[in-house]
Amino acid sequence: MQLIVNILVLASIYALIACGYVLIYRVSRVMNLAQGELMMLGAYLLLTTGSVFRGNAILAVAAAVVLSTCCGILVYIFLMRKMTGGSVLAAVLATIALGILLRGFMILIWSAQQQYPGQPIALVSTAIILPGGARISTFAAALVAVNALAYGSLFVFLRFGRWGLRMRAAGQNPLLAAQRGIKLHGIYALAWALSTLTGSLAGMLLALDSGLTANMAVLGLKAFPAALVGGLDSLLGTLIGALIVAAAEVLSIQYIDPLLSDVMPFLVLLATLIVRPWGLLGTREELDRV
Amino acid sequence: MSDNSLTTSSSGHRIHHQGHVRSLRWTRWVPFGLLTLGLVSFAFVGSPFTLDLASQVFLASIGSLSLMLLTGFAGQISIGHAGLIAAGAYVVGIMSREWHAPFWLTLPAATISGGVLGTIFGLPSLRLRGLYLAVSTLALHFIVIYAGGEYEAWRGYATGITIDSPKIGEWEISSELAWYFVLLGAAFMTLTICWNLLRSRTGRAWGAIRTRETVAEALGINIARYKLLAFVISSSITAAAGALFAYNRNFVSVEAFSLYLSIQYVAMIIIGGMGSLLGAILGAVFVTLLPYAIEGTVGLLPHAERYVNELSALNYSAFGLVTIAFLLFEPRGLVGIWRRLQAKGMSWPSWNTH
Repeated sequence: MQLIVNILVLASIYALIACGYVLIYRVSRVMNLAQGELMMLGAYLLLTTGSVFRGNAILAVAAAVVLSTCCGILVYIFLMRKMTGGSVLAAVLATIALGILLRGFMILIWSAQQQYPGQPIALVSTAIILPGGARISTFAAALVAVNALAYGSLFVFLRFGRWGLRMRAAGQNPLLAAQRGIKLHGIYALAWALSTLTGSLAGMLLALDSGLTANMAVLGLKAFPAALVGGLDSLLGTLIGALIVAAAEVLSIQYIDPLLSDVMPFLVLLATLIVRPWGLLGTREELDRV
Repeated sequence: MSDNSLTTSSSGHRIHHQGHVRSLRWTRWVPFGLLTLGLVSFAFVGSPFTLDLASQVFLASIGSLSLMLLTGFAGQISIGHAGLIAAGAYVVGIMSREWHAPFWLTLPAATISGGVLGTIFGLPSLRLRGLYLAVSTLALHFIVIYAGGEYEAWRGYATGITIDSPKIGEWEISSELAWYFVLLGAAFMTLTICWNLLRSRTGRAWGAIRTRETVAEALGINIARYKLLAFVISSSITAAAGALFAYNRNFVSVEAFSLYLSIQYVAMIIIGGMGSLLGAILGAVFVTLLPYAIEGTVGLLPHAERYVNELSALNYSAFGLVTIAFLLFEPRGLVGIWRRLQAKGMSWPSWNTH
């Protein structure tokens, strides 16, 4: 029972981070290798807003969410906008450089020590005992709930929303979409904003749950396999992929070797690349083997 | 969007140079001779510290040249460079620790293991269009580091593996001066290999694949094969660099091979200038010396000791900033700047050439 809860929590973490990869890849075919750092940025922003709105948890979290979404848009305006239309290679390299830049700035501003953003806003993690005897911390439970909410609203937004429709159109054929009057820069900025938003939510909840160090960014990379296993352009696939990766990781820690935890997602990823590189639910377009 | 190339060199510049090169062919050897003279004489005036610094630059050049082959010429991203360096270093560490193998056995073994890793991790991703190599090299990095950590834990080398200096007969390569010449030679050999590869059929095939994959395919180039070849060659050279690194430091430990090291190599080729071997070397020089420059600058500030803990963060920020600046404003890197200065110098004193 505890194992199932652990898998579910880890899957939610991966899914929430990985949907950022999917959103950006879907509209621009760029792999955002700075996702881990953007996620961490959300957590660090919460540290600051927490000390500003001392004691008011809702206000602090809301402010941090707004700020990190703005950061996502700023990243697009000042960096990635210059890269659109150019080669995907250059854009991916730019995200690598962005990641290292963000990491440096964050350590300079907030230091690399272990910190607890929950303290100033009086949010303390307590364990909930579920029927069946499994334990789950409040923030882990919140993470599962937020993840469900995020995916639910993304589905609705992409399917029924006006901008969601535009996003899908831009992803399928940017040239045609632009000719039909869809502002591509707006769409791309929206994708970056949404992906930073979901990523930073994951970062904040993780930091509230277990503290915050500069090593959190590695988690962002570990979430990438979830996106790829499910299909880089499919949100539903990413949910399933996150479950598979999380299950593989939790079970291998439990039954084989705890040190495997960092490697397992990537072993799953390699297997996917060999067997079904377009992922479980991804589209095969452009992916034909050469 | 499907164009997988960075703009490298404009044809305008090439035409501009050709006339000069043809009429003054012998002058091409003048800078080369001066460089050799400079490098050799540096060996005898440099202090142990500067010699060691130069050795680090040579080591970095080997790594960045091999990454340049892959990214700058074949158009594939690898962020598992640190993993491959680690693989080479661990092969040396394990072989010399377990069987006391001499360097003329461990060095080829490291090179071959790099090639094998390149095949295993390149095969699934290079048969796909797009930048899937970035993903699978990420996997490579984590898997190699895990294996290295497991080995250290299993044998009880909690802090790392110590390695004896390589010996030729009775002579031990351990002084800074000896390493300077060994690594200079290794870097020069790598440069020659890369240069000749690029002038061969293989190099032209890579160029074709990078600029237009579909056209290259139509020309009868086996895309999967040449992409894989690029990665295998690049991985072998990188692993060899890792082996040399292990011998040079007499020490191997997982901590030395973080993802940050891979990112440094990516930064080298961006800063140096995509699609140029000279760029790879310039980038290696720049990125290796930057932390020292930062440390020196910080040391000049009042209350310098206060900032010591911030140095690594400062390095991260500086690398990120410089790399982004080059990507945005000078995609042709240091080589681009160099070429512009050269063009200006050639037309001196008239500045009205373009």
